[in-house]
Amino acid sequence: MLRKKECIAMLLAGGQGSRLKVLTENIAKPAIPYGGKYRIIDFPLSNCVNSGIDTVGVLTQYQPLVLNEYIGGGEPWDLDRVGGGVHVLPPYQKTGKSDWYKGTANAIYQNIPFIDRYDPEYVLVLSGDHIYKMDYNSMLTEHKARSADCTIAVMEVPMDEASRFGIMNAKEDGTIYEFEEKPKNPKSNLASMGIYIFSWKKMRKYLIDDENDEKSHKDFGHDIIPAMLNKGEKLIAYRFEGYWKDVGTIDSLWDANMDLINPNVPMNLHDKNWKIYSRNPASPPQYISEKAEIEDCMISDGSKVYGKVNFSVIYTNVTIEEGAVVTDSIVMPGAVIKKDAVVEYAIIGENAVVSEKSKIGGRPENYLDKEWGVCVVGPDAVLEKGTVLEPAGMIGKEEN
Amino acid sequence: MIHNNCLGIIFANMHDEFLGEMTSRRTTGSVPFGGRYRLIDFALSNLVNSGISTVGVITKHNYASLMDHLGSGRSWDLARKRGGLVMLPPYGRPGTGVYNSRLEALSGAVGFLSTRSEEYVLMTDTNVVANMDFSDVLKYHKDSGADVTLVYKETKMPTESGRYRVLETKKDRVTDILINPKTSENVKLVLGVTVMSRKAVLELCDETNSRGLQDMVRDYFKKNMDSLKIMAYEFKGYAEFVTSQKSYYEANMNLLCDENRENLFIEGSPIYTKVRDDFPASYGIDSKVKNSIVADGCIIEGTVENSILFRGVTVKKGAVVRDCILMQGSEIGENCKIEYAITDKNVVVSEYKAVSGTRDYPIYFAKGKKV
Repeated sequence: MLRKKECIAMLLAGGQGSRLKVLTENIAKPAIPYGGKYRIIDFPLSNCVNSGIDTVGVLTQYQPLVLNEYIGGGEPWDLDRVGGGVHVLPPYQKTGKSDWYKGTANAIYQNIPFIDRYDPEYVLVLSGDHIYKMDYNSMLTEHKARSADCTIAVMEVPMDEASRFGIMNAKEDGTIYEFEEKPKNPKSNLASMGIYIFSWKKMRKYLIDDENDEKSHKDFGHDIIPAMLNKGEKLIAYRFEGYWKDVGTIDSLWDANMDLINPNVPMNLHDKNWKIYSRNPASPPQYISEKAEIEDCMISDGSKVYGKVNFSVIYTNVTIEEGAVVTDSIVMPGAVIKKDAVVEYAIIGENAVVSEKSKIGGRPENYLDKEWGVCVVGPDAVLEKGTVLEPAGMIGKEEN
Repeated sequence: MIHNNCLGIIFANMHDEFLGEMTSRRTTGSVPFGGRYRLIDFALSNLVNSGISTVGVITKHNYASLMDHLGSGRSWDLARKRGGLVMLPPYGRPGTGVYNSRLEALSGAVGFLSTRSEEYVLMTDTNVVANMDFSDVLKYHKDSGADVTLVYKETKMPTESGRYRVLETKKDRVTDILINPKTSENVKLVLGVTVMSRKAVLELCDETNSRGLQDMVRDYFKKNMDSLKIMAYEFKGYAEFVTSQKSYYEANMNLLCDENRENLFIEGSPIYTKVRDDFPASYGIDSKVKNSIVADGCIIEGTVENSILFRGVTVKKGAVVRDCILMQGSEIGENCKIEYAITDKNVVVSEYKAVSGTRDYPIYFAKGKKV
């Protein structure tokens, strides 16, 4: 038996994130680069260590290679610990029944032996799809103070958008009496953030019951939470106020990056008391040339800028050559924007090459009568000279 | 590359006396350089990239900042069970105090040297900035059957003050070593990298103790020029000497040239440094940045030209920074104008100040100073 832990975290990182299309063709969504030098998973991992949680199981399934390498021994997040730390947990073969993770609840169910080794009082369940800074410790304090069986983090969303979320209907004191997944006529605007704290003994029982229920979808939102409500367990809503963004689609990924250069958005990466940690490549500092023109941007180490960059987020080791213009875009690690290329409202994937005189995307005001959207050049795609990609267009690696 | 059968020794305190105030509270090795590095990062990275994973760092005084920078050696992949980074601070010897010369310093490391099993020892200083493949040097040392290999660069004799050693050779065999010769010709300038067998180093340490040797060049190399086979290895890559505040300034500014950066930051042999987990640099709506090196964690709202900005530097609105080196955490207030200056760590220049040095005499502000 390992040293007992009060609370450990289980981070669901196995999802494909299929709505991100070419961007998640070869990597799991939590491994997607975000915000110049981070990957999405840096946020929940950093939140864990900043909240004093030193044991995290990361459940992987879909395309885990990049994610596994990125997490490594966990030292960038201070999660290389004696008796704890970060553990990557893929599905594994067992005597008797072995299977892939069939749902969020099943993924945790299959790892009951892992959790039991730490004999925790509480288990924090997280997903690797969201950008936010949150003190899980104050959520745990609330969970304990209310003697809850399960505490669910919620945030207010605009009422007219509530039908896109899992909505918690709660009493005045926060006690949840009903959960509705994407309701047509929402009764409340408290959306679940996919962050749960369970008392482990209760959770363990419900996971086993759920596994034995053949009709179950093996999903927390769909099955576990309703089952607990039916049995009269104490579920409470923990209100979170602050920045939280699901980056599940091309548009929301683009938005979430742009939020970082918008002074009116309360997402502050500069806070020294709540650092977001990441695995740093050994790159030299960035170089801004004599001819470069930069306005309202975020740029990361290892990048070289010779062209014009406005309102954009430039990741590590990016090269923007002379005469190139990048506006309202995000350029991921290692990408090259060649001479005289124009990139507007686009996401350029890792190590992609936008060749000379290419024209990627366009401004919404120039496409009023046509369908408009953010353009995507997939990771490792090498475009031919003079490629034109209309707004909302997408080019992956294979198509070239 | 897999195993070089060689261990590294870094002399972190050598040359402290030439860098003035910059080394009043730190070693030469921990002098910040190039936007996000310390001078010792180049020596350490070169050793690691050359497959040398046991490195002893010899210090003398002021090594708190060096210890803080190096930590367990993890950032250089030197947190190892077998070998790795070994700090060798001076130990007090009754009556003699701490060491005064390179040979005494080396003798202090006898304990470390004698317990290792590697056949060769590569010794390096920290005042040369270069990306050098030491495995080539080692191969040369083995192939030539040398007792000692000294690395040099063919270059004009530097005009900056400092202590330069120059080789005279005959078919790559060193015939004499001169100190600061007066000449305007090209010379074979020693880069402070020396290879010897560990056995020979241990014998030299014994001799240092028994015969009271002081100066490695004078009392050992020059005295034994005929019996020792001292070979000269030419390094043809890019190298900068940091021998004075002025050459420190110039060496930094030379990184603004594309070609120099390409020759120093070579793909496949990266320069490692301590990770600080800064956010990416922010360039504000009114910022204007030209020909500058900027590190993560900077927030720029003013004008920056021909400058080196280390991690976490803030340049406020309306401020103008030209031809400056601003070290980690420096803060330049609104509407300041600062030219030809070196601000050490955490210097704060309050608003509406105008400060100007010249290219030959850049103004230096000591660590934490408020202007």
